[in-house]
Amino acid sequence: MLVDSPLKLALGLGTGAVFGALLQKGQVGKYEVILDQLLLREGRVLRTMGTAVAVGSVGVHALAGAGYTRLQVKPLRLGGVIPGAVLFGTGLALLGYCPGTTLTAIGEGRRDAMVGALGMLTGALLYVRVYPTLKPVLEAGDFGKVTLPQATKTSPWPWVAALGAAVLAGALVFRKH
Amino acid sequence: MNALIQRSWSPYVVGAGIGGLSWISFASAKKPLGITTPFESTAARLGQLAPRASGVNAYLVKNDEVPRLDWEWALAAGVLLGSALSASASGDSDHGSVPRTWSRAFGPSRAKRFAGAFFGGTMMMFGARMAKGCTSGHGISGTLQLAASSWIFAPIMAITAGFVARKLLGKGRYAR
Repeated sequence: MLVDSPLKLALGLGTGAVFGALLQKGQVGKYEVILDQLLLREGRVLRTMGTAVAVGSVGVHALAGAGYTRLQVKPLRLGGVIPGAVLFGTGLALLGYCPGTTLTAIGEGRRDAMVGALGMLTGALLYVRVYPTLKPVLEAGDFGKVTLPQATKTSPWPWVAALGAAVLAGALVFRKH
Repeated sequence: MNALIQRSWSPYVVGAGIGGLSWISFASAKKPLGITTPFESTAARLGQLAPRASGVNAYLVKNDEVPRLDWEWALAAGVLLGSALSASASGDSDHGSVPRTWSRAFGPSRAKRFAGAFFGGTMMMFGARMAKGCTSGHGISGTLQLAASSWIFAPIMAITAGFVARKLLGKGRYAR
């Protein structure tokens, strides 16, 4: 097993603790809040995620542009991404928590989230078991680790600006909901 | 200090906080925020306890991967810890099992809710590992990097989840 240095593990734990506290204070680790979003009764989850993406994209692209970090995107492999997204969405509707918010809900003490996490571990074991068989399917339709700016040969900044504008517009239009 | 005792923060404050945290994780660990990779790694490590039943050796060979106890693993553990601290500071803990919207559709049975949560979790994690990301890894970290894979994953996932939730839970048979 590969083990990171204690310092790096502490850094991960600290970063995770801030992430978990933010999710908890944002109330997005709550089943009813997530279902309100999925059933389009209320939009707290989308507001939170949209703001995170808009704010995050500015800093991360600035850091990458200045050479302080490198983007780390997942490859676009249609055979894995599309069926994966469908299975993920179905499971999410059934469980009512996503992976990060399952951990948040466990932190709050929710019993159903603890059972959900056992299911998640089972899903991972199942994935390990069938991975060798599934590999050709997962890697079908491989376009590599590509970003939208790369695919369109454009600068990331118009995209970043558009994200910010979209989130701002959404916040103004839906400020009553 | 006062803010930690508050139960609920504005989604814009929380969203900006998570966005800012992604700058920090990219600058410090050179990594995006994500949750499900450590589950796969843990499954592979557990699989090594029963290599024949788990088929872990074929996985490790084909995947060019080793089980890890790394920054990402600590990150996932930290989420649980941070939530527990935040919830106890604000008295927002909740030891329930059957949420209201669920019980309106499927009744108050705990066994039924646990079965749904377990199979939901299984499907969700299997899907996440197929796509190599979840609501955090694709939905936040990937989309903010403008990754093509994430901008395909996120809408398909959201529309599927909304559709299934509406079919399963939209009209509660047990309502009122």
